[in-house]
Amino acid sequence: MQTAGNMKDYRKQLVAQLKNGFQRKALDNFAVAYRQGREKNFAGMDRQALVQGIRAAKDDAASRMDELYAQFCRRAEAAGVHVHFAASDHQANEIISRIAEENDCHRIVKSKSMTAEETLLNDFLENRGYEVIETDLGEWIIQLRGEGPSHMVMPAIHLSRNEVSRLFTEVTGKQQDTDIEKLVKVARRELRQRFIRADMGISGANFAIAETGTLGIVSNEGNVRLVTTLPRVHVALVGIDKLVPGIREALQTLKGLPRNATGQAITSYLTWITGANPSAASHSGRKIMHVVFLDNGRRALARDPVFSEALRCVRCGACANVCPVYRLVGGHAYGHIYIGAIGLVLTYFFHGRNRDRQLVQNCLNCQACKDVCIAGIDLPRLIKEVHVLSQGSEDKPVLNSMAAFVLKRRRLFHGLLRSGRYMQKPVTRGTPYMRHLPQVLFRDQDFKALPAISAKPFRDRWDAARHSPPHPEYRVALFSGCLQDFVYPEQLEAGMGLLAGRPVEVTFQSRQGCCGLPLYMLGKREAAADLAAWNISHIDPAEYDFILTFCASCGSHMRENYPFLLEGASGRRVKADQFAAKVIDFSSFMQMVMPDSEPVPAATEKLKAAYHAPCHLCRGLGVSRAPRALLTKFGYEYLPHGEEETCCGLGGTYSFKFPEISAEILDKKLDAVSGTGADLLVTDCPGCVMQLRGGAVRQGRAFAVRHMAEALAGRQT
Amino acid sequence: MTKQQKLIDEFAEKARAVSTKVRVVDAMAEALEYAVTLCRDKEACQVLASGCEHPLSEPAEDLCGLKQWQKLIAAPAMDQKVLDALIPMCREAGIGLIQKGLGGYAGGIDVGLTGADLGISNTGSIVLNCPDEDLRLATMISEVHIAVLRAEDIYADSHDIEAALLALFTDAPDYTAFITGPSRTADIERVLSLGVHGPLEMHVLILGQSEKG
Repeated sequence: MQTAGNMKDYRKQLVAQLKNGFQRKALDNFAVAYRQGREKNFAGMDRQALVQGIRAAKDDAASRMDELYAQFCRRAEAAGVHVHFAASDHQANEIISRIAEENDCHRIVKSKSMTAEETLLNDFLENRGYEVIETDLGEWIIQLRGEGPSHMVMPAIHLSRNEVSRLFTEVTGKQQDTDIEKLVKVARRELRQRFIRADMGISGANFAIAETGTLGIVSNEGNVRLVTTLPRVHVALVGIDKLVPGIREALQTLKGLPRNATGQAITSYLTWITGANPSAASHSGRKIMHVVFLDNGRRALARDPVFSEALRCVRCGACANVCPVYRLVGGHAYGHIYIGAIGLVLTYFFHGRNRDRQLVQNCLNCQACKDVCIAGIDLPRLIKEVHVLSQGSEDKPVLNSMAAFVLKRRRLFHGLLRSGRYMQKPVTRGTPYMRHLPQVLFRDQDFKALPAISAKPFRDRWDAARHSPPHPEYRVALFSGCLQDFVYPEQLEAGMGLLAGRPVEVTFQSRQGCCGLPLYMLGKREAAADLAAWNISHIDPAEYDFILTFCASCGSHMRENYPFLLEGASGRRVKADQFAAKVIDFSSFMQMVMPDSEPVPAATEKLKAAYHAPCHLCRGLGVSRAPRALLTKFGYEYLPHGEEETCCGLGGTYSFKFPEISAEILDKKLDAVSGTGADLLVTDCPGCVMQLRGGAVRQGRAFAVRHMAEALAGRQT
Repeated sequence: MTKQQKLIDEFAEKARAVSTKVRVVDAMAEALEYAVTLCRDKEACQVLASGCEHPLSEPAEDLCGLKQWQKLIAAPAMDQKVLDALIPMCREAGIGLIQKGLGGYAGGIDVGLTGADLGISNTGSIVLNCPDEDLRLATMISEVHIAVLRAEDIYADSHDIEAALLALFTDAPDYTAFITGPSRTADIERVLSLGVHGPLEMHVLILGQSEKG
């Protein structure tokens, strides 16, 4: 549970987690195993169609939540169930406490429920004198330790068998073995007596089926079945977003949920409960059954134009499984109660801005969560939008506001960059890297060599680089992006060299500005929208066949976010859509549009190249084949590695905010590349080049880092 | 290969992949024989009182006393015809047979014998309609759960049984379970362990076509 009150404390907590050796190893093994299992888990299935199906069904259910609730109530009440509506977390806890009191219950057994974690139900009931025992093994372990879960599906993944053995020794008063099989059996027997003694069972539910008034609950251990069978009272606490119209929608979600969560086709048990069933422990012979639906903001969320999609979440936990930050720091530092990417969003709504303010900034925007989400939630966007909300008027970080002020004023920004090349002289000492960075601005940034600002930006080199073919087949607008314009102009020059002699008319519109992504990443939504409008008005999509960029981040932002940022802007939104449709990255342009690029003569030295897939290329723009094909076509021996599609750790301004994490992610990547024995590491984004080259240079790695355009230049006939 | 044979084969393959033991039997008598033999031959103490051999707290140790130290088969909700055949077989093997009041045996039962209502081949799951509390408990507190599944009740996909499920859920109150393999956990170091709260073993006996109808 992350509770840091400010960024300094949060970073301290992150550093402490980075030093937790067991957790680091456990999460790293899990990240690799999960990635390897992913394709197999959905073998023979149309995963995309399943995602679309789940997404559509959840959106439909959210749009008629109240109607489904009324229908569920009618069916369940007719079958002897008491249905309650709790507007808030506190109200839900009060209702459940009252049910216990009215039925003279004292001993409660619980099966796993994230909704009960959300309302802190256990603390509430224990304060009122009830005995509450978690029966899911992982949940029981963390309850005994007084901790919250560190993963939504595997709550005790941060603990070793030794720690569990010590804990069980303390709890049973007998010395315990460290053999996992034996520890599980001890838990089986210790908990069985709790089931027998209990007079009330509390469960969650994965589905509340309106057409029949049925609860559907998944479980592997089988504790859900005992919790809902042995005690005479059963209370289910259910988020109102779990309502589905019918059995079909539940079965559809079940095809994705366990596969995405644990790689299982189905969990060991699926329990469907409709109405108050026979119960030997109850005086009446029938179970005393209550269902408490929790709103806590969900009904309002369902009507929100941007955030309603957060309700699609089926709590599979996969967004944590693929998150490079989670992989390093674990769930106690990467969530308050809800963990992973969805946790960064839900924390704001369910547990408040103060709990989320630091947390929500801990996102690389690498899109891995969006890619894995079985319900098709655009998690990186929701995280950015929460970031915008979480910045209250009273505490705008000075740096963010300054950045917005400058980046929005193109002339001022470019002027500053130009003068920067003189001001940096004392720190570059004539090399292409910054040395002895001023500590005030660049604290903890020395894990990588930062590049110097170029003596001559690309905009001043354009006249020399341009060329006009007599009969152009394609009209292309070049979007340079700030980093290549002012820091790496040689990457654009190399690209222009590769296009020379081809039937492409390239235009460079010098009034173009920053794409706006850095501002969006800082939570400056309006400033980012202004820049989108500016660029669209100066590069009119109607005049070009393509808008070509050598920066995957600019490309992905312009394609994905421009239409979104200009959603309400009549007319501009149309242009934004047209603009987005024409955005193309350099590798795709070279491979798909210019298919006749000349292959390299066989005599060229066979260099070995590893590839780094920029997040904004492989996931943001959905490009994966073209760059690898180009490397081979241009005579490189392409050497794959396991971390190719993992983020480099830059995340734009992320690496300045969280340098310790950025550095660890970078190391992992560089190690994987070193492992291939490659001469070159090639990528498609100047930001990734900055991070990867900076790290490789600082660490004296044996390979060079090149932008794709640089790697291909000079290798054509 | 007939369509049904394909379903049987797929069911067996998927179920075995999640540690279910699958066998095709020709007649109910063979299924009963299988259950009684398994119960008779199984290591009584070790599996029987799973957890009792380990160091436990006092109240948990008391629970082991709840259990009668005689082997037990629970066969709730079985047809009288089946029971007539099963009773002498159990008596001969020295095994107790219970049908009701399973809540009193929460310490553990050796074998729970049930008849599955439906099977789903692409996940190797059985569907058990169990609003009857004793039937439910037999599949939860038994160390070994043996389910007899008729071949003609196997369907390819969960969507194929939507109508059947709707009929069950509409006839409330209702408690229906999809069961796929034994109880399992990976909560400690992601190491898979079978038998955390429910059965340690799951057996499905597919009753072939010869007893159809």
